[in-house]
Amino acid sequence: MIDGGIVIVGAGEAGTRAAISLRQRSWTGPITLIGLEDLPPYERPPLSKQALSGAADPVPKAVATAGALAADNITYLPGMTVAGIDRIGHTVTLLPTQQDIRYERLLLATGASARQLTTECYSGVDIHYLRSYADALKLRAKLRQGAQLLIVGGGFIGLEIAASARMVGANVTVVEVTPRILGRGVPQNLATLIRQHHVQQGVHILEGTGVTRFEAAGNRTRAHLSNGDSVDCDVIVAGVGAVPNVALAESAELLTENGIRVDALLRTDDPDIFAAGDCCSFPHVLCGGRRIRLEAWRSAQAQGQHAAASLLGATAEYCVVPSFWSDQYERTLLICGFVTEPHSIIVERNLTDDAHLQFHLAGDGRLLGASAFGRNEVLARDIRIAELLIERGVSPGADRLADPAVKLKSLLRAD
Amino acid sequence: MKVAKWIDACGADDIEVEDVLRFDHAGRTFAVFRSPDERFYATDGLCTHEQVHLADGLVMDHIIECPKHNGRFNYTTGAATGAPVCINLKTYPTRVDNGRVLIDVGTE
Repeated sequence: MIDGGIVIVGAGEAGTRAAISLRQRSWTGPITLIGLEDLPPYERPPLSKQALSGAADPVPKAVATAGALAADNITYLPGMTVAGIDRIGHTVTLLPTQQDIRYERLLLATGASARQLTTECYSGVDIHYLRSYADALKLRAKLRQGAQLLIVGGGFIGLEIAASARMVGANVTVVEVTPRILGRGVPQNLATLIRQHHVQQGVHILEGTGVTRFEAAGNRTRAHLSNGDSVDCDVIVAGVGAVPNVALAESAELLTENGIRVDALLRTDDPDIFAAGDCCSFPHVLCGGRRIRLEAWRSAQAQGQHAAASLLGATAEYCVVPSFWSDQYERTLLICGFVTEPHSIIVERNLTDDAHLQFHLAGDGRLLGASAFGRNEVLARDIRIAELLIERGVSPGADRLADPAVKLKSLLRAD
Repeated sequence: MKVAKWIDACGADDIEVEDVLRFDHAGRTFAVFRSPDERFYATDGLCTHEQVHLADGLVMDHIIECPKHNGRFNYTTGAATGAPVCINLKTYPTRVDNGRVLIDVGTE
């Protein structure tokens, strides 16, 4: 039997970062990184943006090249799935090779999958989802000037695809079945700004609207909508959320709760098995220990690194401030911390340049979150400083946050 | 042979302490830093990960953090110190003359 040492299931951002981090932390034993896809580990954020709208055919951007993994003496096994975990025997079984690998400790970084549209009206319809490089290539091939796109779902993925499609001259209709786009996790006033920007760019956004049925219409597919309209489309894309990949954990009888259930060390209920990234839910100290699950590149990266420390016996709790961005056209939506907490107060900072930046304060004045929409170069630094203020539990004062003459960085020193 | 080529980048007081300024010259872009201990440093202006202007990022002590993906460099040495960056940043000699910051962009 192969001794895998620390075995990592999933070679996305979290799994790969964990592998690299284990070496940086001087783990000298074997590291085995098991990936579902045939490619070296690659970054997913460009898939909904440059990979769709760029002039040149996209090349996957490596998280770590095959050479870099080899140099770190990380055994990378691409194109493999794990059929099961034997927790007593400390082994995992690979498919298709049926090979057993012994683990000392195991990290599950199995990610999430695009939620599938399963209602009857979608059966038999060719629907694109976007999660992998292969998905991006398939969609890219369909995006051209004048093509009519129907995007089901007004979340991050749907809106990023809408922006990319407009950039190549396709016509875009977005239908969102709930009352507003970005209903999960984005403050209403920012969602309104983003909506306006898309409408200015020529996207048709229909909120509170779903598809009731499809029918063939020559070379196209006619989508009948719940508002009585219909759209004849060339391409149908769904961006209706992601579901954590928990089947392997469940088959091993590990606890799950909206993802693989881990503690603040990112450890499952088996002390030798950990989980990180989109697949896991964990308690976050900055929102009162509430259990959350994140689907964001930076969280995946930070959790991979944190899990590496925990795998080696560190006992620090994961308390990184959640943070993510979404590029749409030349603008970026940035969010850090917790921006939809009940009873929080929103304080806007008066900026120019079409940039909107606001802070979210708890009743006691503590900074909980910040959210922004505009050009990244105008906003990114302030959002980063907000992260640091949140991490340090600072109560900066609404008046100072609102006043653009007060440098945010000075608030870091004030406490 | 490498020959020094000193270029006037900015006034010393144009950069705040523990901050950074973008400087473009002859089709190239640089980042000029003023450290907490009042020294000046210069590096290439774009992150080695995805070609983002570092001067829009946050300077903390001797670290510049990229404003897009939060990769980190020690701007005094150019060393990549935080994921996702893994390629070091090129650095350039600096000196201060009559309140002006000069950087040696070099010529081959």
